[in-house]
Amino acid sequence: MQTQSGGPVGQSVPRVDGVAKVTGTARYLDDLDLPGAQHGVTVRSTIAHGTFDGLDRDPAFDWTGITVVTADQLGWGKGLAAGGFGENYIAMLDTDQPALLPMGGCIKHVDEPLALVAAPTRARALAARAALTPRQTAKPPVLTVDDALAADIKLYKDDNVFKSFLIRKGHVDDDEFEIAMAGAATVIEGTYETGAQEQMYIETQAMAAWPDAGGLRIAGSMQCPYYVHKAMKVLLGCGPDEVAVAQTVTGGGFGGKEEYPSMLAAHCAMLASAVGGPVKMVYDRDEDIAATTKRHPSRVRHRLGLRSDGSICAIDVDVIMDGGAYLTLSPVVLSRGVLHAAGPYRCDVTRVRGRAVATNHPPHGAFRGFGAPQTTFAYERQIDKAASHHGVAPWEFRDRHALRAGDTTATGQLLEASVGTDDIIRAIRDVAGAAPARDGINRHGAPVKRGRGFAFYFHGAGFTGSGEQRLAGRATVRATADGRFEVLASSTDMGQGAITIFTQIAAGALGVAPELVRVPDPATDEVPDSGPTVASRTCMVVGGLVERAARTLRLRIEAWADTAGVKGDLGALAAAMFGRKAELDPQHGGIAETVQYEPPPGIHWDDATYTGQAYPCYGWAGCLVDVEVDLDTREVALLRCVHAVDVGKAINPVIVKGQIEGGTVQALGWAVLENIVYKDGRVANANMTNCIVPTFADIPELETVIVECPYPFGPSGAKGVGEIPMDGPAAAVANALGDALGVAFDRIPVMPEDIARALRRGDA
Amino acid sequence: MITIGVNGEVRTVEVSAWKRLLDVLREDLRLTGTKEGCGEGECGACTVLLDGVPVNSCLVAAGQCDGRAVTTVEGLARRGIDGSTVLHAVQRELVVRGGAQCGICTPGIAVCAAHLCDSDALAGPGDARAKVRELLAGNICRCTGYQLIVDAVIAAASPASNQEGGS
Amino acid sequence: MTAYLRPATLAEAVAARAAHPDWMVLAGGTDLMVNANHRPEPPGIVDLWGCADLRGIVRSPDTLRIAAGTPWLEIIRHPDVNKHLPILVAAAREIGAMQIQARGTIGGNIVTSSPVGDSLPVLLALDASLDLASPRGRRIVPYHEFCTGYRTTRLAVDELIAAVIIPLPDAATHLSWRKVGTRAAQSISKVMAAAAIHVEDGRIVWARFGLGAVAARPIRAVAAEHAAARRAPDAATARAVGDALAGEITPISDIRSAADYRLEVAQNLLMRFVLNAGRA
Repeated sequence: MQTQSGGPVGQSVPRVDGVAKVTGTARYLDDLDLPGAQHGVTVRSTIAHGTFDGLDRDPAFDWTGITVVTADQLGWGKGLAAGGFGENYIAMLDTDQPALLPMGGCIKHVDEPLALVAAPTRARALAARAALTPRQTAKPPVLTVDDALAADIKLYKDDNVFKSFLIRKGHVDDDEFEIAMAGAATVIEGTYETGAQEQMYIETQAMAAWPDAGGLRIAGSMQCPYYVHKAMKVLLGCGPDEVAVAQTVTGGGFGGKEEYPSMLAAHCAMLASAVGGPVKMVYDRDEDIAATTKRHPSRVRHRLGLRSDGSICAIDVDVIMDGGAYLTLSPVVLSRGVLHAAGPYRCDVTRVRGRAVATNHPPHGAFRGFGAPQTTFAYERQIDKAASHHGVAPWEFRDRHALRAGDTTATGQLLEASVGTDDIIRAIRDVAGAAPARDGINRHGAPVKRGRGFAFYFHGAGFTGSGEQRLAGRATVRATADGRFEVLASSTDMGQGAITIFTQIAAGALGVAPELVRVPDPATDEVPDSGPTVASRTCMVVGGLVERAARTLRLRIEAWADTAGVKGDLGALAAAMFGRKAELDPQHGGIAETVQYEPPPGIHWDDATYTGQAYPCYGWAGCLVDVEVDLDTREVALLRCVHAVDVGKAINPVIVKGQIEGGTVQALGWAVLENIVYKDGRVANANMTNCIVPTFADIPELETVIVECPYPFGPSGAKGVGEIPMDGPAAAVANALGDALGVAFDRIPVMPEDIARALRRGDA
Repeated sequence: MITIGVNGEVRTVEVSAWKRLLDVLREDLRLTGTKEGCGEGECGACTVLLDGVPVNSCLVAAGQCDGRAVTTVEGLARRGIDGSTVLHAVQRELVVRGGAQCGICTPGIAVCAAHLCDSDALAGPGDARAKVRELLAGNICRCTGYQLIVDAVIAAASPASNQEGGS
Repeated sequence: MTAYLRPATLAEAVAARAAHPDWMVLAGGTDLMVNANHRPEPPGIVDLWGCADLRGIVRSPDTLRIAAGTPWLEIIRHPDVNKHLPILVAAAREIGAMQIQARGTIGGNIVTSSPVGDSLPVLLALDASLDLASPRGRRIVPYHEFCTGYRTTRLAVDELIAAVIIPLPDAATHLSWRKVGTRAAQSISKVMAAAAIHVEDGRIVWARFGLGAVAARPIRAVAAEHAAARRAPDAATARAVGDALAGEITPISDIRSAADYRLEVAQNLLMRFVLNAGRA
């Protein structure tokens, strides 16, 4: 028998959807033939805070064939079966966000959905929208986290705090903590701010809905079909079998299609119900930037207590995130933020506090890294300052104090296996070479300053704490009548390569060629719930389920063949087995094996105190960045970016490299040029001309090093890779700029305007 | 009535001269390989060749295409002797080298990069990788970090790649 | 349905323009077609793209004449432009990216007359003139007199730009160009500066400075030019140029940049151009 890790696992198999994508035959939502589909658009608020008083229709407009839906006409509480709807909120963690604001309701952000329009053509729908004017009465908005915490204006409960955390290690109360901090020879203090960031998937949000067999069918661009399914059951007031949700080929997500698709699906459902036929909604870029979720802006206060030998005696972190107008996923984003906030450094006394607060910004939400990039930026700036204070080279300082196997994290988690610190430290050291010359002249004849910066960080793979156990994700592998195999899971491919990885893992475990394995597009009426496609869990957790299901299926088929005396390859055996009807799976058809998540042994997590094993395992990473600053224009050129990432096992090295490099560039963009400009609660630069992301020309040749410290409970040792590349490069850039200019840059993005101001002030 | 040569075929459409070429391709000709990412000429996802030159099809009026030749991503591959699809070298390299992830920017990048490989744009002195980065800067990709796309274009532009008959 | 005309000659184009003053005059469409699907259809289009008279570059002994409908890609690849007007090539290469350069035209950039129009400071520094055509005949307007305010020009309603005429600088004229945008490519300018600095016997005889994105329209920095004239291209002159500039521009803050930054960078660029002219 082949070993399960043999075969395609570890090979750079070309992605299974590659040919369809390079030839233009891959069908995204807007490419589908939906006969008779009407086009839906959204009427939105134009104020950040106030009341929705009514909707005026231009009597001069020709309303023939136009459907206008407001929340007040939808028959709430009647349920789908009675021709109405269930409850008017987007079911995620809370019930505070209406799917469509009722008249008289409180407008909480600019671009909040107030009404929906459907028309036979997109042009007519847009024209009708222009002929609708919402009546609104403005109230003073809350636009800063300080105003939110002052709570003079209440947006959420009494204190405007969506969620708070307090994690203590090595002390029982604040007095004891301050005693520990007072023992420090030096305390490095800093306040760090990060801006909102747009995911900027190139396929905008897109969804369709149509009545289907007495229920409703939803299809569209999304990361998490079962999230949408859950939200639809509540919104429609129906059972799980009355609504089905299918993912279509998805043109990028990065977290931006984690929670927002439920909103879009709700709107499509309302219009489809009103029209009595299919409706599709595809956002324009401007609308997508203005109205959908972005990375949480953050402010992190960080105190690092150092002994005279440079070791860390106390860490104190206070994290504030701007959650925007509704709770959405903010508590979970904050959770990951605070769990990473102390960083991968040895320290026995740690206090981490965190709050996510309500403001009148459009809700902030999931974005690759999910809170960790914000806190990583803070601690890696702090570590750089500590190294500088002690006169120790930055990478050397990290080497001395980084967590190793046998150490404990801020939640008291004992690190045992798969700690990549030494390999990462070595990988960066091996390729670093000499730092660039400090001074020079560029091709414009302008003087330049150059510098080098580092960052070291970790990222928990999979859901936090007992999340995976609660979720109990399931995946199915089945044989079909033609001797082929299918992987059924709700995990989506949004470009990150999930279906290729699943194909490789299943083929490896089945001992068949990858060409014999297919991964159908997930739909909730066809695939089990393997959980949402988030949290760097798809390969490690769901891949593990796929591996186990495939292995179980193979053993079952081989055992049957032994008994039946049938010979041949696994496909032939499976085809033969189809003759035995009793073997067929009643739920999924074919010969199927479904497995459910089982936690690795010895996982302990206390949700009340936030102590224990926060994550099953961590990825580890290091980044080196060289920068050059033009002293005439204060423009930053990125000269070099080396990124070493421990992924456990690269199931597909090319796909892993693509994940690391894609995340790296998002992080570099966040560091120096991605800048959401809010003005009176509105995104002032809501178009691709002004809300920019890096181009080919902004990015140096990337040097990517894949490090493999296997995780014993991941498929072939694999752990998460999706998010960790986003965490650290921004800090490495800020550290490099500090090295080049002798100025501390504690807020990102660091724009040329910021550099100019810092140099003019003479911060150096 | 507007007549356009699309991927070697003469196509006639009854549309307003103001309609965007992008919409003519997607709606009237149902060639949905060409994607819309922004509608303002920033992202390059809608790139097609107009008389052999890469343009943003969201910025071209249908009237301007009358009597002209358009190549879309659907027209890059050719039919082999045995009827199979033979990918353009750029398409092949994008698949093999990981230059496509979510794929929504890929048609525009494939069209633009095919033009670079099939013209003399990358020839002559100077760093070919730097040229690729300058000439593809009108195509935004949010997934790859660009590195693997540059690898793919360089590989596709190499003489060895063309000898394989890929283009 | 939008009506459509594709004049084959300049005379036909002028006639079409005169006959349909409310129609859109369209060339490459890189500005006028942005979000076209969201905007009302114009009653008609006069499409200049295929007009042979409006395309091409002709060299005479002391000028280059660039027909208004010539796209940037053609300008970038033209040997005479590369040889004599390298700053125009440099500016053109920073307009959008290849797809935009393939369609965007020099005449379109001039007519749109955006304060951030990428070629416009270069045309100011090079002292370009415009050849304008209407049913009333032809006239030549110096480019520095053409822009009158925020996106307003001296172009009459019945006029078209036929060509841009650029005098060829001599070997003693140092040309400089710098665009500072929001990113390395496909970017909107925050500050642009172009310079032609004529140096003889170690002294600046005259200087022309064109600036973009620092005022409501592209401007010549006349006071800074005076500060440079008849002085050595040294550090003291550079400082004088920077000081003079501070007295004549008041840039604004907007979503892309800040007033103080724009002023500082504009000063730095002109100062650098003066120093580079001394070093060359």
